[in-house]
Amino acid sequence: MRNGRTTAQVSRAQVSRAHDPRPLLLANARVIDPSRGADFHGDVFLADGVVKDAGFGIAAAGIPDGAEVVECAGAVVAPGLVDMRAFVGEPGAEHRETLASASHAAAAGGVTTIICQPDTDPAVDDPAIVDFILRRARDTAVVRVHPMAAITKGLEGHEMTEIGLLQAAGAVAFTDGHKSIMNAQVLRRALTYARDFDALLVHHTEDASMSQGAMNEGAFASRLGLSGNPKAAETIILERDVRLVGAARSRYHAAALTCAESLEVLERAKTAGLPVTASVSINHLSFNELDIGAYRTYFRLAPPLRGEEDRQALIRALASGLLDVVVSDHLPQDVEGKRLPFSEAEPGAIGLETLLSAALRLVHSDQVDLVNLLAALSTRPAQILGLDAGTLRPGAAADVIVFDPGMPYVLDPRSLKSRCRNTPFDEARLDGRVLRTIVAGQTVYEYV
Amino acid sequence: MQDASAFTLSGRDLIGIEGLSAGEITGLLDLAEEFVELNRQIEKKRTTLRGRTQINLFFEASTRTQSSFEIAGKRLGADVMNMSVASSSVKKGETLIDTAITLNAMHPDILVVRHHASGAVALLARKVDCCVVNAGDGAHEHPTQALLDALTIRRNKGRIQGLTVAICGDVLHSRVARSNIALLNTMGAKVRVVAPSTLLPSGVETLGVEVFRTMEAGLEGADIVMMLRLQRERMAGSFIPSVKEYFHYFGLDEAKLRYAAPDALVMHPGPMNRGVEIDSAIADGAQSLIREQVEMGVAVRMAVLDSLARKLPNA
Repeated sequence: MRNGRTTAQVSRAQVSRAHDPRPLLLANARVIDPSRGADFHGDVFLADGVVKDAGFGIAAAGIPDGAEVVECAGAVVAPGLVDMRAFVGEPGAEHRETLASASHAAAAGGVTTIICQPDTDPAVDDPAIVDFILRRARDTAVVRVHPMAAITKGLEGHEMTEIGLLQAAGAVAFTDGHKSIMNAQVLRRALTYARDFDALLVHHTEDASMSQGAMNEGAFASRLGLSGNPKAAETIILERDVRLVGAARSRYHAAALTCAESLEVLERAKTAGLPVTASVSINHLSFNELDIGAYRTYFRLAPPLRGEEDRQALIRALASGLLDVVVSDHLPQDVEGKRLPFSEAEPGAIGLETLLSAALRLVHSDQVDLVNLLAALSTRPAQILGLDAGTLRPGAAADVIVFDPGMPYVLDPRSLKSRCRNTPFDEARLDGRVLRTIVAGQTVYEYV
Repeated sequence: MQDASAFTLSGRDLIGIEGLSAGEITGLLDLAEEFVELNRQIEKKRTTLRGRTQINLFFEASTRTQSSFEIAGKRLGADVMNMSVASSSVKKGETLIDTAITLNAMHPDILVVRHHASGAVALLARKVDCCVVNAGDGAHEHPTQALLDALTIRRNKGRIQGLTVAICGDVLHSRVARSNIALLNTMGAKVRVVAPSTLLPSGVETLGVEVFRTMEAGLEGADIVMMLRLQRERMAGSFIPSVKEYFHYFGLDEAKLRYAAPDALVMHPGPMNRGVEIDSAIADGAQSLIREQVEMGVAVRMAVLDSLARKLPNA
């Protein structure tokens, strides 16, 4: 596949510059548009890179001129997913992931927009690097890519970056990636300054001094003889941040919450009317600490997997809407980073390609409604980031996926498009498969 | 009773006490008794491991465990090679698994491995074809230490079942404590841990122990007092305020030992910090089993090597 280019590998940028794609009629589908709470059987018509219409009987009224008809046979048509937290190794760690490889993984997983993280080398703390990423993405990626920029220079937690200029260059939000800003004054000033630009700060909530361990603190860690990170490491930072947001009144997003105690803090903040939102990673919705089993390093994550009670609390919070967004927290690690004793292995798991399939488990187990789930995967992140995505309203960008929510498969890690194989869903049975991914009206992935 | 010298373990490797049955533990102890006798003879050699190659692969410095395994292997007739990786290729960037693959290509029969990371020995065992004995992995397990402690207890008390054993000190960082807790529970002893709260692992009570925060309460009526080494280099003023305060509250001296049963016996896995966790008068006193533990160490390791070797191909 390296030499021959398939449909899925044709660069979106190339296509959109060359000519508009053929109009597409997605016929006879279960159409779900979480932005309008809609779930009905009908058709979706895409042309000129936008959604022209989504409704009943579009196909019956006659196939528009020159349109390609895709018979969906009851499969779901929904807005493409917006993944708010994915690490791409470009620049600096291209051996782990490039914008191109991440975008193909995303396309195969139904993700039409990747929000890449600034913890690259060099860090995304300068407008020129934002520009570099956007240009590289335009030239090599098949899905949309928007970078988040660093809150502090070099992600060092000391000096604020050029929030205004970075935003003007195209940064959609600000985060120090997998680092927490431990200096409260630095974060307070960043929040206060960011308000003038209505910029969103996304913060990893894990107290560095209490997060030196390899997994969740508790009986299981004690049994394995591994040092643990207490939940308080997360809750304390979240509590602190909520206080700071209360004073600064700027938009704040918790990057990945993992435990019930944090949900209490989040609920209080939201009840108080603070501009606080939060994500949960698909890993924390899918696994608990016991999945680490006999020191399986693919389950070493930061923040770590918690207990089953916490997982259930996260699922309930997702169902109730308390948690706004589900992210993949895609973090590719090569073999050298994972084939090590647990405490020495790099944390992280890839997730772009399995995000939807794994999330659908929660629908199949009747814990989360499909419309709400898709909202947390597309509409809500798009709203929080202010992107034209996550909706099938006429005039919206034609970023659309077709998926069969019940199609079973066993994940073969060799089939993954990411450059790394560190998936905790290795050999897992999953139900629900993306059949087609469309970005700006152009099909960038098709399951065959 | 089965002939002790025909005893084998169910697994290929000995990674931990967890997973061993009471029968297997008893079998190993019975076999070790034979080697205790053998080791007291002038002619100490057996030929069970003749032609076999045993590599002691120590990623963490150790004198007593390594020499104990070396003597055990040699007395059974094996060719024993010591590799202290703490100072060699790992420093040059070679990973644990590469080291394992390299050694595996030299066709050893037995690998005895110590590593500073929990789970590392099991990881290595999955990558090699020979049998692997865990000589200590991180804060996880140190099975031969627990077995030699059990043998020492059984020889002095005649049994393990029903005894009250107080394990005192740095339980948090201790693989010796974890293996002993597992073994003593399997064998039906009552296990206590005694330590300041900062040196107790989270959820320690789920391991099947009674938890005490003072020596006076924890030692009350105990039959065995098992002291743990305080990893002074790890303390860094954060787990305990000072060695002086630690010894005051948790160091085993005559006054504290008086709370234990009158015929209580004192153990320590070594190396001891005299005046930190144990008073010299106790360490060298009549109730101390510390020197006997070292003797039992060789016998137990011979038993482990012998029983594992019987399952090797062409045995």
